[in-house]
Amino acid sequence: MKHRTFFWFILPTLSAMILFIALPIVSVFLQSLFVEHEQVLVVSESCGPFGCTPTTTVDTAATAALQEEQPLGRYNGLNTYINRSHLAFVEVGEAWRSTETFGAFWKQIINLPFYRALIFTLTYTAVVTPVVIALGLAIAVGVNNLPRILKGPSIFISLLPFLVTPLVGSLILFWMVDSDGVIGATIQRIFNDPSLSLKASTALTWTMLIVYGVWHTLPFSFITFYAGLQTVPEDTMEAAMIDGASKWQRMIHVVVPHLAPLMSFVTLMLLMDNFRVFEPIVSFKAEAHATSLSWIIYNDLRESGNPLYGSAGATSMMTIIGVVILLTPVLIRTWRDFSRKAH
Amino acid sequence: MLLKRLAAASLFTGLMGSAAFAANCGPEGQSIRILASDFPAIHAVVGAAEANCAGSAEEFSANHTTEARQIMNAALTPNPAEYTSVILANATLTQLMNDGLVRPLNDLVEKYKDSIPPNVLITIDGNVMAVAFMANSQHLFSRKDILEQAGVDSIPASYEEVLEAAEKIRAAGIMEHPIAMNLQTGWNVGEVFNMIYLGHGGEFFAPGSAEPSINNEQGIATLETMKALAEYAHPDHLTHASNETQGLWESGQAALAVMWGSRGAPILDDEGSTEEVTSNTVLSAAPTVGGGSIPAATLWWDGISIASNVSDEEAEATFAALISGLNPEMVAENNDDAVWLLPGFEPGPAAAGVAGTVQGGARPYPMIPQIGLLHAALGSELTDFLKGGESAEQALSDVETAYRTSAKEAGFLK
Repeated sequence: MKHRTFFWFILPTLSAMILFIALPIVSVFLQSLFVEHEQVLVVSESCGPFGCTPTTTVDTAATAALQEEQPLGRYNGLNTYINRSHLAFVEVGEAWRSTETFGAFWKQIINLPFYRALIFTLTYTAVVTPVVIALGLAIAVGVNNLPRILKGPSIFISLLPFLVTPLVGSLILFWMVDSDGVIGATIQRIFNDPSLSLKASTALTWTMLIVYGVWHTLPFSFITFYAGLQTVPEDTMEAAMIDGASKWQRMIHVVVPHLAPLMSFVTLMLLMDNFRVFEPIVSFKAEAHATSLSWIIYNDLRESGNPLYGSAGATSMMTIIGVVILLTPVLIRTWRDFSRKAH
Repeated sequence: MLLKRLAAASLFTGLMGSAAFAANCGPEGQSIRILASDFPAIHAVVGAAEANCAGSAEEFSANHTTEARQIMNAALTPNPAEYTSVILANATLTQLMNDGLVRPLNDLVEKYKDSIPPNVLITIDGNVMAVAFMANSQHLFSRKDILEQAGVDSIPASYEEVLEAAEKIRAAGIMEHPIAMNLQTGWNVGEVFNMIYLGHGGEFFAPGSAEPSINNEQGIATLETMKALAEYAHPDHLTHASNETQGLWESGQAALAVMWGSRGAPILDDEGSTEEVTSNTVLSAAPTVGGGSIPAATLWWDGISIASNVSDEEAEATFAALISGLNPEMVAENNDDAVWLLPGFEPGPAAAGVAGTVQGGARPYPMIPQIGLLHAALGSELTDFLKGGESAEQALSDVETAYRTSAKEAGFLK
């Protein structure tokens, strides 16, 4: 394709991407560099049905004047990125100096909101991604080997978890694992411990979130691999059979290499999705035991009634950087495969 | 009744806008747009205003949503604002006042003073910012049959007695987890801290400044009380908010609970529970704590505010319509839906808890501009202590540093 033709061909997509992806990211980055104006507080008295109390109020006229002067707020550079709510350089340094053992240091680190969220987010991503790929492939191969009449219904059933909205799906599971719910009560009976609660322990909450994550994303990898399996060349399979390869050997040496590009694709998508884990934490009310980067953004914007745009922007930027770091190995691999084929 | 009478009047006489004759609705042909939370008492007030004044207005719309707090600032910022009035509470009034989005009501109050009940004006520095119509607070719910069975002969009046009674119930083998409280991580657990801290006589900020002052003896005592209570609460207490604790109560799984007054009527009604539970449920004032004299609770009001960024005519029409809704007929029809601060209210059993808490002199939820940030910090930093992984001092110092970080970003601290 000529460069000129290519340019006109790509222009609509490119402009949409700039408008809806690149510019918002630039805007979020800019906002993360600013903090709000100083609030001009005045001491006053508030009275109501329950009597009078001394209080403070914001002098809105004075604050509005400051806002007029600098509409974006006060420039804060990268300070939001390194404050206690984010990378917490000062606190981490202090913890490093003041602690003797690594255990004590670690305890102080996980007391910091960003690192606590990062640890859960990474664990979730690191467990859910490979499990979903392996199980998805296994189910796809299994379904592919079913008699024709059973294939349709089993594909439909395997896709069901994907059809349920994440928020609703996790809410249903949340009620089921309640100590009065069907799963929670059964587990209590099995272990004969009436105070056993899936929601009260950090380890069990993490397990629950991870199991939910696997359940919910499995259909995606299953259906992709199932589609890939339809393109495995018959000739190669027959040749392998004639050479005396067992079913397992054919799987490892023919099917898996054939599906390798698809695996890169599924890994990319899963890494991105899992790193943004959010809905199950809210639905499972798991905030006491597990938080994620996306949850921090949500919390900053919502919880205090005074949205912290700078904080939310900084966490968003760091989420993007995190995704890029995670994806780099996969992207490098894809690029190598691509250039090898090109030569 | 009023509705019926009005409907009949307009039907038979064919008079236009008969409602306007019944109530003073202010300037005619205006647009009245109300944003409000979604619960029965507020539906009642807005409904009464609509019945009275929708006829004389060009438009009357009400958006009842549980997300009101999340959208109110954005909705009132443009000029003209999306809504002419927000039905709000202590905390949300500060949230709007911080951005200067609600107007002083002094001249409107002066003009309509005949229809406004006494003692409901919310005044800040001499400016009336809201007109309250109902009160709410946390208070104690007790099961008198279970207390008797465990050998407790009176309703607990302090948290120390609550804990003692809980221990007796557990020791008697009646319930392993007799206490129910809204300890869900986030806003709820922060609010439990607030009420017990106020009961201990604590102050949230150094006077006249935004410097936090909770890492002190009262703060530690508060956390100790919370932990002692959590010992007797359902193991899932960190996920329990109002709906869950009400569920526990109605299914007879709790004997002592600190819940919102607004849950009184739904618990005492004949739906969702058994006769055994409802007939033995006693509502009483919030307990005192640590030898203090006032109930450990935060008093809340719900009231009417008017947006800054609307025309004076729209503001007046909205104000007049809503004030017209605060009449004794509305109160009589919805008597048990709220603890009304209006004439005609007859406190029933469902109101006993809030009434007792107010009379006991509990403190109102502070109307301080930066309280939302401290509340959010409490909500996210206290659970580590309740889970048992952290000392009270550490938890409180975490709250203060987390608050300082966000208060700096919001411009309250340097």
